[in-house]
Amino acid sequence: MEQILANGVYLGSQYAMIALGLTLIFALMNVLNFAHGQMYVIGGFVTYTLYGQWGIPFVLALLMSCITLAIIGALIEKYLFAPVIKGSSREESTMLLAAGIAFLLDALILLVFGEKQRGVPKIVDGVFNWDFRVIMPYDRILICVLAILSIVAFIALMQYTKTGRALRALAQDRTAAQLMGVNVDRYSMIGFALGALLAGLVGGLLVTITGINLGMGGPTSIKAFMMVMIGGAGVISGAIWGGFILGFLEAFGLAYLSQYGDITYLLIFVSLMIFLAIRPQGLMGKPWG
Amino acid sequence: MMNLSAKHVLGVAIFLLVIFVGVPLFIAATGRWDFYFTLTSVALLAIASAGVWLTFYIGRINIGQGAFALVGAYVSAILVVKAGWSFWLSLPAAGLFAALVAALLGLPILRLRGVYFAMITLVFTQVATLTALALPITNGAKGITNIPLPSGVSLFGITLIPDFGEIENARMAFYFTACILMVITYATLYRLVNSRLGHLCRSMQQNEELASSIGVNITYIRILIFSISSFFGGIGGAMFGSISQSVYPATFVVKDSVDFMLNCFLGGLGYVFGPMLGTLVIYFGWDLLFEFGKYQLLIYSIILIVVIRFLPDGLLSIRFSKGGKK
Repeated sequence: MEQILANGVYLGSQYAMIALGLTLIFALMNVLNFAHGQMYVIGGFVTYTLYGQWGIPFVLALLMSCITLAIIGALIEKYLFAPVIKGSSREESTMLLAAGIAFLLDALILLVFGEKQRGVPKIVDGVFNWDFRVIMPYDRILICVLAILSIVAFIALMQYTKTGRALRALAQDRTAAQLMGVNVDRYSMIGFALGALLAGLVGGLLVTITGINLGMGGPTSIKAFMMVMIGGAGVISGAIWGGFILGFLEAFGLAYLSQYGDITYLLIFVSLMIFLAIRPQGLMGKPWG
Repeated sequence: MMNLSAKHVLGVAIFLLVIFVGVPLFIAATGRWDFYFTLTSVALLAIASAGVWLTFYIGRINIGQGAFALVGAYVSAILVVKAGWSFWLSLPAAGLFAALVAALLGLPILRLRGVYFAMITLVFTQVATLTALALPITNGAKGITNIPLPSGVSLFGITLIPDFGEIENARMAFYFTACILMVITYATLYRLVNSRLGHLCRSMQQNEELASSIGVNITYIRILIFSISSFFGGIGGAMFGSISQSVYPATFVVKDSVDFMLNCFLGGLGYVFGPMLGTLVIYFGWDLLFEFGKYQLLIYSIILIVVIRFLPDGLLSIRFSKGGKK
C-alpha cells in the first residue's frame, strides 16, 4: 500500500507538470495544444543529446531543454497562432493548426533524432528501501522532488510576479486586461513559451527514467487532455489535481488490475465519463470557462 | 431545398458523370488500376468525415469518429464471419450499432461543449482501440482476418448485386459501391442541412441556451445528430473492413480521428461538400508526397500549416463558382 501511494505521488508530480503547461496555454489563448506531447518529446531528446551524448552536466542539459522549448513555443505563438487567431472567423481553426504543428514536430523529431528509443545514464545510483514497504530508486525520488519544486516555483511565478499577474489577468478576461494596459500580444507569447517550457522540463526530467522515443508524443497529449478534463480546463489548481488523481489511479490500477490485462485505462475512462456527466466542467473549472 | 438553381443541377450532374463514367474511363485508358483502391478509400473516408462535419453543425468538434468507424468495422466483420450474415445486411447493422453506441455515450457527453467535447471524443478513439484489444469477441491484437468478400443478392431469381468474389474486377465493384454510398451520404447531408432540422441545428450552433429558450428540444436534436454522424462513421468503417478483408484494433487509431477532423476543417466547415474535397486533397496530397521518402511528413505538415495560416476558413473559402455553398 505504501508503495502504491509512493508511486502515485511520483507519477502524479510528472503528470501535473504536463497538465500545467497544457492548461496554461488553453487558459491564455483558448487553444487546445495537440502538439504538447511532441514538445515533451523534444525536451527529452534535447536533454538526451546534451547529457547522454555530449556529457554536459544534467542540470545544464535540463536548462537547455527548457530554453529550447521556450524559444520554439514563442516562435510558434508569434508566427502561427497569433495570425491565425486574428484572421480566422472561427476559433476552432486553431485546432487544425495545432494538429498540423504536432505533425510538423513529429517529422522534425524523426529527422533530427531518429526513431529509436533513447535513454541516458542514471543521474544518481542506489535504491531507497524502507523495510521493503517502499522501494524506490534514488533517481526517481530526485526527479519527483525536482518536479514538485518546479510546480511550486511555477505557482510562485504566477502568484507573486508582475508577469504572473499579467498572465492571470489575461486568462481571466482578455479585453479587460488589454484595457488595463497589459501588452496582450507580448504576454500571450510569454505564456505560450512558458507552457512549452514546462513540457520540455518534464521531458528532460523523465528521460532519465523512462527514456524517450518518437511515439511517446501522442499518448502523452491524450493523458494530458484527460488530466485537464478531470481538473477543469484552464485552471491551475485543476491541472495539479488532475495530474495527481490520474497518477494515483494509474498506480492503483497497475497494482490491482494488471492481472486482468490492459483494462486500467478502460476503467479510468468509464469513471471519467460518469464523473463528467455529473460535473461537466471538471473539479475546479468554471462552467463553460 | 427544392429551389435548386440550374447551376447546382449542372454541377451535381458533372460531378456524378465524373465519378461514375469519367474515372472508370480514365483508369481503363491509363491502366492505373491502383487508383480504384485510392479513390474507394477517399469515398469511404469522405463518408466518415461527413459525420464529423455534421457534429460540427451543432457546434461540437468531434475527434472521435475513428472510434465509431472501428465499431462499425468490427460489428460488420463479426456478423459476417461469426454469424454468417450477408455483408449487405451487416452494413446497415454496423451503422445502426454505431448510432446506438453514440446515443448512449452522447447522453452524458453531449452536455459538454467546445474543448471539453473535443478532448473526450479524442479519448474515445483510444478507448475503442483498448476495448477491441480487451474483448474476447474481437480476437484481441490478432484482429479478424479473412473476411469473405460481399456475397450476391438476388430477388425472385434476378441478381441485384453480383457476388464480389466471382466478378473479375472486385476493385471496380467496390469503387462503385463506395461512390454510391458517398453520393447517398452527401445527398442526405444536403437534405438534412436544408431542412427544418438543419435550421434548428444552426440555431444551436450559434447559441444553445437561446435555442432552448425558444422551444428547441436541444437534448433530442444533439443526440439525434450525433447518432446520424456516427451512423456514417460506422458505415464507412464497415465498408473499409470489407475491402481490406480484415479488421485490427489499429485499423482506426487516434491519427485517423484527427484526420477526419482535418478533412472537414481543410475543406471548410461552412460548406456541405467541404469534407469531400478535404478528404480528396489530404489523401491524394499524402500519396503524392510519398516520392519524398522520409521528408513526406515534414512537407505534408508544412503545407497543412501554410494552408491554415493563409486560408483559415478552409479551401472552399476561396469560393469556386460551382455549387456546394450552403
